[in-house]
Amino acid sequence: MNATRLLIVNRGEIAVRVVRAARELGLTSIVTHSEADADSLAVKLADEAVCIGPAQAAKSYLNIEAILAAAREVGAEAVHPGYGFLSESADFARRVVEAGMIFVGPDAELIERMGNKAEARRTALVAGVPVVPGSPSAVADVEEAVKVALEVGYPLLIKAAAGGGGRGIRTAADEAELRAQLPLAQSEARAAFGDDSVYLERFIERARHIEVQILADGERAVHLYERECSLQRRRQKVFEESPSPALDEAARERLCASAVALAEHVGYKAAGTLEYLYDDDSGEFFFIEMNTRIQVEHPVTEMITGVDLVRAMLRVCLGEPLGVVQDDIAIRGWAVEMRINAEDPDNGFFPSLGQVERLTWPTGPGVRVDSALYEGYRMPPFYDSLVAKLVVWDEDRASALVRAGRALDEFTLEGFTTTAGLHRRLVEDQAVRRGDFHTGTLELWLDTASAASAPSVQEQAS
Amino acid sequence: MSQQTQQAPFPGVFYRRPSPEAEAFVSPGDSVQAGDTIGLLEVMKQFCELKAEVTGQIASIEVDDGDVLEAGQDILVIDVSEGEA
Repeated sequence: MNATRLLIVNRGEIAVRVVRAARELGLTSIVTHSEADADSLAVKLADEAVCIGPAQAAKSYLNIEAILAAAREVGAEAVHPGYGFLSESADFARRVVEAGMIFVGPDAELIERMGNKAEARRTALVAGVPVVPGSPSAVADVEEAVKVALEVGYPLLIKAAAGGGGRGIRTAADEAELRAQLPLAQSEARAAFGDDSVYLERFIERARHIEVQILADGERAVHLYERECSLQRRRQKVFEESPSPALDEAARERLCASAVALAEHVGYKAAGTLEYLYDDDSGEFFFIEMNTRIQVEHPVTEMITGVDLVRAMLRVCLGEPLGVVQDDIAIRGWAVEMRINAEDPDNGFFPSLGQVERLTWPTGPGVRVDSALYEGYRMPPFYDSLVAKLVVWDEDRASALVRAGRALDEFTLEGFTTTAGLHRRLVEDQAVRRGDFHTGTLELWLDTASAASAPSVQEQAS
Repeated sequence: MSQQTQQAPFPGVFYRRPSPEAEAFVSPGDSVQAGDTIGLLEVMKQFCELKAEVTGQIASIEVDDGDVLEAGQDILVIDVSEGEA
């Protein structure tokens, strides 16, 4: 490989995940950290660590100048951005390469192209991948939007072209709402992303969110099947699984083949994910966006395919050709991931801060925990609330949900409240067991659950 | 006239204004009603509005925009209105 000193520009569980992959590949791992993360698990496990600034992300994990200075200081040869923070910043990718290092991700031009949603839609159409009916590019003003909306159909979504992660989206049920919402969406987009371009998209109300994992070396791409990520709250994924209970073999093949076609069309190099909406009623799928990074929920794919995605991504980005062909990759069994957040589900998901006083991870067959927690760790209040990913594999879906319940029962964390209790109720839920849900299901379920019963004393204690 | 010092209910990043270009919620000398928003505290990417605990006049603000606060750290001092004291 073309580098041996890997700088990891992230924190939390994903920094730990990349340190582990680096160790297994014989690379030297160097973790960047803010002043608030000096005693993080990633720092403890890495070969080296370097401080890049104060606690606030804008002054550390998002501070390109400070990161490049640290990279020079430690003699880094490659930079892994993880997810979030600068992972999809074309500017950062470009600056890393200009500084003579390898960026573990696709080229800056590709990040830019796929990061702009309107541009990504156009690219998908050219590659023959279906997209949600919508405006062919950004709409300039209200009059153009109203005209385009006649063809797209209501209800529709107004999306910031530069948005992502579920942010920068508004809905309009009819023309009056579109006229009212469009200027607001534009000024929000300008404030949040520095770009007021917005485009329109049909709002499919009962859609599933299904995404396809791909891996490519610039010449060739393979898919690693799909992930089902429909159980969301405020457009943030809560519970993911692979494969999807919604797809039959024919639909799965069509969906995954379209992802490979798009990846090869753009000459993609790295791990990446293509997100789709899937209409259960019609069996249609529509490409919505591409994420040009490793994703939070990558472990479910690793569990069912046996491919170590983080290691494979490092290999192709450090210059090795793709080590697998499509026929090597098969689905074995079923995997689910439960995101354990430091939030109180019985108190409006308010952040729950504190120190880890006692911690027992579940173990045994088919259980994997990706986390940066340890006993005595005090969580800094500055970053995301994700503290662990509990991943469970079993031979089939029904068994995986039973095993997930067993694993949750073994899990003990004292010091602050997490969303583990929510997952314990979810894996018993009849609709979840039937695999019968869409992207709005979890919020409805939460509304109903909170209306039906005030939390009992026992639940509050758990 | 009595004074009341208001403290951070939990750790986080303190903001004096709703957005970087906006006016500050309150400044020294301003009158506030109990329940008025006096600032934002960001914790794990969620923003929580801090409300004035009493009615009165802002005597001083002890922290700056963007400061990292510990739980219990003083944020501001309010001269409590006569009727409330």
